[in-house]
Amino acid sequence: MSALLTYDRVGKRFPGVVALDEVSFAVAPGEVRALMGENGAGKSTLLKILAGEYRPDSGGLVIDGVPLAFASPRDSQAAGVAIIHQELHLAPDLTVTENLLLGRMPSRGGFIDRKEARRQAEAILARLGEAIDPDARLRSLSIGKRQMIEIGKALARDARIIAFDEPTSSLSATETRQLMRIIDELRRDRRAILYVSHRMEEVFEISDSVTVLRDGRHLGDFPDMAALSQDQLITAMAGRTIADIYAYRPRPHGEVAVQIDGLIGPGLRQPIDLQVRQGEILGFFGLVGAGRSELFKLLYGAVSPLAGSVSIDGAVLAPGDPRRAIAAGLGLCPEDRKDEAIMPLAGVAENIAIARRNIANHALVDDRSEGRQAASLIELMRVKTASATTPIATLSGGNQQKAIIARWLAAEARILLMDEPTRGIDVGARSEIYAHMYRLAEEGRSILFASSDMPEVMGVADRIVVMREGAIAGILSRAEATPDILLRLALPDAGRAAAPL
Amino acid sequence: MRLSASFLRSLGPLVLLLVVFAALGLLVPDFLGLRNMRGLVLSITLVGTIATTMMLVLALREVDLSVGSVTALAGVLTAVVIGHTGSVALGILAGLLAGALVGVLNGWVVAVLKVNSLIVTLATMEIVRGLAFLVSGGQAVSIPAERFYVLDSGTVLGINNPIWIMLAAFIAFGVLLNRTVFGRNVLAIGGNPEAARLAGVPVRSVRISVFVWQGVIAALAGIVLAARITSGQPNTSQGLELAVISACVLGGVSLSGGVATIAGVIIGVVIMGAAQNALNLLDVPTFYQYVVRGGILLAAVIFDRLRQSGGLRGAFPSHFLRPTARQQDSTAL
Repeated sequence: MSALLTYDRVGKRFPGVVALDEVSFAVAPGEVRALMGENGAGKSTLLKILAGEYRPDSGGLVIDGVPLAFASPRDSQAAGVAIIHQELHLAPDLTVTENLLLGRMPSRGGFIDRKEARRQAEAILARLGEAIDPDARLRSLSIGKRQMIEIGKALARDARIIAFDEPTSSLSATETRQLMRIIDELRRDRRAILYVSHRMEEVFEISDSVTVLRDGRHLGDFPDMAALSQDQLITAMAGRTIADIYAYRPRPHGEVAVQIDGLIGPGLRQPIDLQVRQGEILGFFGLVGAGRSELFKLLYGAVSPLAGSVSIDGAVLAPGDPRRAIAAGLGLCPEDRKDEAIMPLAGVAENIAIARRNIANHALVDDRSEGRQAASLIELMRVKTASATTPIATLSGGNQQKAIIARWLAAEARILLMDEPTRGIDVGARSEIYAHMYRLAEEGRSILFASSDMPEVMGVADRIVVMREGAIAGILSRAEATPDILLRLALPDAGRAAAPL
Repeated sequence: MRLSASFLRSLGPLVLLLVVFAALGLLVPDFLGLRNMRGLVLSITLVGTIATTMMLVLALREVDLSVGSVTALAGVLTAVVIGHTGSVALGILAGLLAGALVGVLNGWVVAVLKVNSLIVTLATMEIVRGLAFLVSGGQAVSIPAERFYVLDSGTVLGINNPIWIMLAAFIAFGVLLNRTVFGRNVLAIGGNPEAARLAGVPVRSVRISVFVWQGVIAALAGIVLAARITSGQPNTSQGLELAVISACVLGGVSLSGGVATIAGVIIGVVIMGAAQNALNLLDVPTFYQYVVRGGILLAAVIFDRLRQSGGLRGAFPSHFLRPTARQQDSTAL
């Protein structure tokens, strides 16, 4: 079978880095090829070359036997390529129909042919299996539905090569199922699919073959998923096995550090009562929208609660004020690092120092002592950065996360709230983050972390709180937790019968 | 490292400054003479003083269009109060207070009600201009107090008072921006407001304070201007806000917030002043000067845009060619 898409000895350099070193592989029509590798392995660069955003320094793409050099994203689209990005490129104030047919609205005599547009949009939505109103404003749809619209756009212009870049990172379980079904359909339609994801389960479920990259080099292909185990794949990517990733370390727990009484607010359906001890790592599991992030934001004071109280070491915390929470010893590592955690253009040290500086009650900045502290934290947390003043946005996700943890160590936080601490972070950096979590807990800190990654919750937490639809559905000890129990608690009542996972 | 990074960032404007001065020195007779230089520095005091706080506003990712009107209101109010009470101190106090109040209003609506500062200050620009006309009855209000004129005409160590005031503002707000928690918080909010809030920055109070400072400094500049023209004029300083913003942007203050240096702002102010000065020396009619001023602003924002997108390839030494943090995808390399 001849390949639809071929990367032919593609090389790309950036100042000081070889991003891709003569990478060659081919994808046949009707094949779903997973691209795996840690952050910095070169997956994004491969996709950007396919998208026409980067030009390769050597080698090139061959599509349907024809060597092509894309000068712009427009060329790439004309060649039948569609890229479904993690961050969506849609117009939130236009309707679903307008978004689906953006740039290709059917017209008659210079006027938009609304009837025809609607017919086409409905046909695409039907193919997606989506019950979405074509006249709805995009803004009113969930992130998952919006992603479906993005895929619909690719269908609308009949793209033959479709690349997915971390498509499920903001999807719920149901939406992920639906995406898998659609990808399966695209495969039967004999399109070539590239699939980039950090989630092993998905990769094993959906792809036919895997290409593994490390540091810009092509380590090899696994043409047959059935003959491959997760362990083998992880070892190939990082030289580590699954058990090594979590490397759980038990530890004794101390006094009650956080006492939550009847806390309720936006996003929660029932009041929350909970105790967390010193040295304890408490995992929050649940589907997207279960209320985990909302609970963290209430605890932290980022959102004002309607009722209830939070006590830290026995002292009641003033509600709705992050500054009081930080002064009382809380620190938040938000799920959305880009929008809620980092000051992108500011240096790493500046990003670390900001919280401590704001609770210390000094008027002047002591650059020297801040610099010393930042330098030692950068070393302690093993933040990989060219210098302490390098803009934090240029760091990888894992290193940004480590810098944000360093922020809270600088501020002497004793209770860390970590929302999806390893989202978008590769296997190697993940296991470093876990090791830091254990170490911080061993020093007597309490860690509350939320995750939709079940193996992560089971692998790292001492105790697991399962949330469902804005309420606690159950609290399990590490020994009691099994995937089956966690899922049954996490799934909504209505979904339990209808959507077996 | 911080020094060298901000130094490099200010190099762009510095190169521009040198080019402008070299060109004007060659093309415009008398431009580089001592007499003219002194006049040039005096002429930039109004824009320069207000640019120090506009720098903070822009670094915050906001804008303040009301400064020209505040300048007029403060001058008129000071003139009226001095006329009624005979007290220079009370007059100055009234002017400054008016500026502070406009700042509180701007800051409160922007920070608490979360309305876009462009629209808020567009509204207060009109309101305050109207108040200036109301307070003065639409006429210039003369100031019957010679002592008051000293504010403009007096000298210390041979240097005119307005220049001292501008230098003091440069130093004070330069230190505020770089050395204080407040200044760094301004940059943090401009860089990412939500992240700053969650990291413990008192976003609301910082925003309000910056607008209050802006109001007070614009009022101060207006009072000095009133001393220069020996009266309070309600229609003075129209379009001043644009000159001030142009100067800041020319000096490398990013319109998308989070980036500002006082050295850059000083350079921007001087470039604007030099251009205006050269046009006057060349006897270019006023109508053309509008075109030139607008052209400079347009060039400055395009410059800002290109610098952000790394689109100035070949125009600058290699360290400018690196993609900026904004566009660089952390997973790309």
